[in-house]
Amino acid sequence: MPKLKQAGISLYQWFEDRLGLGKPAIDAAEHEVPENTASWWYVFGSAATVLLMLQVVTGILLGLVYSPSAGQAWASLEFLDHTVRLGWFLRALHGWGSDFMIAIVLIHLAQVFLFGAYKYPRELTWMVGVLMLLLTLGMAFTGQVLRFDQDSYWGLGIGASIVSRVPWVGGPLVDLMLGGPIIAGPTLTRFFALHVFIIPGLLLAFTGIHLWMVLRLGINDWPMPGRLVSKQTYTHDYHKLTKETGIAFIPDAAWKDAIFAAAILFAVMACALYFGPFGPSGQPDPTLIQTAPKPDFAFLWIYAVLAYLPPSLETPVMFIAPVVGIAAMLLLPLLSPEGEKHWSRRPIAVLMVAVIAVTLGVFTHLGTYTPWSPIMDAWTSDPIPPAYLHDRTPLEREGALVLQNKQCRNCHSVGGAGGLRGPALDGIATRMTEDQIIRQVLQGGGNMPAYGNALSPSETTALVHFLGTLHVENERDAIDASRKLAEPEHAAPNPTSVH
Amino acid sequence: MDPNQPIAQEQPVDEATRIRQAGHSRRAFLFKLSLALNGVVGAVMAVPIIGYLFGPATGKKSAEEAWVDLGSLADFPEGETRLATFRNPITTAWDGQTGDIPCWVRRVSGTTFQVFAINCAHLGCPVRWFAESKLFLCPCHGGAYYQDGSRASGPPERGLFEYEHKIAADKLLITAGKMPTLAAKCGSKPQLTQIANATPVQSSAKEMPEPRCGSCQS
Repeated sequence: MPKLKQAGISLYQWFEDRLGLGKPAIDAAEHEVPENTASWWYVFGSAATVLLMLQVVTGILLGLVYSPSAGQAWASLEFLDHTVRLGWFLRALHGWGSDFMIAIVLIHLAQVFLFGAYKYPRELTWMVGVLMLLLTLGMAFTGQVLRFDQDSYWGLGIGASIVSRVPWVGGPLVDLMLGGPIIAGPTLTRFFALHVFIIPGLLLAFTGIHLWMVLRLGINDWPMPGRLVSKQTYTHDYHKLTKETGIAFIPDAAWKDAIFAAAILFAVMACALYFGPFGPSGQPDPTLIQTAPKPDFAFLWIYAVLAYLPPSLETPVMFIAPVVGIAAMLLLPLLSPEGEKHWSRRPIAVLMVAVIAVTLGVFTHLGTYTPWSPIMDAWTSDPIPPAYLHDRTPLEREGALVLQNKQCRNCHSVGGAGGLRGPALDGIATRMTEDQIIRQVLQGGGNMPAYGNALSPSETTALVHFLGTLHVENERDAIDASRKLAEPEHAAPNPTSVH
Repeated sequence: MDPNQPIAQEQPVDEATRIRQAGHSRRAFLFKLSLALNGVVGAVMAVPIIGYLFGPATGKKSAEEAWVDLGSLADFPEGETRLATFRNPITTAWDGQTGDIPCWVRRVSGTTFQVFAINCAHLGCPVRWFAESKLFLCPCHGGAYYQDGSRASGPPERGLFEYEHKIAADKLLITAGKMPTLAAKCGSKPQLTQIANATPVQSSAKEMPEPRCGSCQS
């Protein structure tokens, strides 16, 4: 045995004599870090790196089979899912790895922000990190395109439509993005090049720079309230702290990183196994228009914001907000390189994280059920609740039919079923008088189209009579106050029942 | 070598050192020359690379669009709006299904047609025609358009994109070839149906009967 060990050492030495990488690597691994940084709060960066490696490995494995051709990509994904042994699992690992990576990168960002890690001397580390976040999101978007299905095809359409709004150069930019006049073969190949060569190359390079700076400048020490960062004293104090309380990064501090990374990898595997791969949804055939395209989870909030912006504000917000946001993130360490690091003394920082997290969460949640979208098949799939048809006149029942046939249900719910774009029609008689309903139906307004051309007079009459029966129990129906003035004898105001 | 130092101190420099210094000076010059040479080669090489990269953006619009046959007039009944599909005039052999483009054909009457792009004017999602309510609805963000393509409600800032069309030998032809966006509106004729800021009230009121009082009707 000792002989074998000796042989192993001399083999290592043979390589080390020629390569000379062993010693610097060991020195880097064993470099001392302040003891207070050996915390469970410091594990997210390494976990993101491990996930990046997982994405590289699973991505290369998928590349063995995937065909980046507009005519074949969808079929090659189906082939991966159903024919290649464990192909579905590799796709699931890559897909879930991507979602986990975005989540961990965002948590890492929030953590280093709250711990003031972007302050002197780690400003550039933060700025490179911001670029890495953008590249990670770029990987997520281009990866979604490579899953060349209906969502991918129309997602490219949304991307092209956004780019087309760039002032002056919108048209040429769309051509550059699509690689041709329409979304087709050249579009997929350029997104393939972005996803497989360009963005990962940049991301790996930036990861190297980011890690190099962490090693060179030392990991951010645990912030203490009142211990202010000053450019004059920080480096000296940090070295003193490291000297006094330093522990070797490997193994004394890194065991927590390793355990967390293993837990994350296990979670990715568990999700991949349990939930399976993402899509592909329908074939990328633009003539199949029975589809409701939706972006992946990470971009749902943008999808929601684009639904709520008023048309006049949309283009300016689309191009000004991201520039301001990214510039603010990049400039943050230059504007605030010194001072307090601890979150308890930085209430605005804590508030910002909370507000941004809640905002993203709310918009993402809205994006999961898209209340602004008409439900295209509600008019044929959701019946009028029977209770709403009991004891109604034939005219009122005819009105219920008109409500179905004219597809009002696509935007308005009745009895809890139907679209959410317009208000629910239950109890509409309590909110609107007959005249108001007629005006609203025929002329539209308030984000409702006018139905004057789509309804005959008799259909309108029937529809309005049916809507007039949708009361709220124990509440009075809406009244026309002016009618009371004009016709004082109408003391009992129930306009929908007075004919 | 510091030029400010007295010349006397240069005396001890022996012949070998001087030759070495002259050699260094020559090699440093050659290195700078080689950098300049590579700069020139790089600049020359950049020309075709940039040309290749920006190729798709430099194409003429006229070269990308062509008259496309949508089929016989008999395929489009009067007063109806139907989905038609065509093969894009410019495709690659590996485009597959993505080269098939749909559009909405509305035959108003006789030879009066309107051909709308499938792409919503908001963000390009496929709009669907609902004949009963006479509306085009977009599944993405709920944009709605009237039967003549004008904006009805929702986030779009204009009506549907309309293809230029003509009728030849009993066939309906449109000019197509490029994905319609706000930067590349299809067709060249003015969008007669889209009056800026026209309210839906005006467009619908024209064909609407006199406002009726619901209470006098029954």
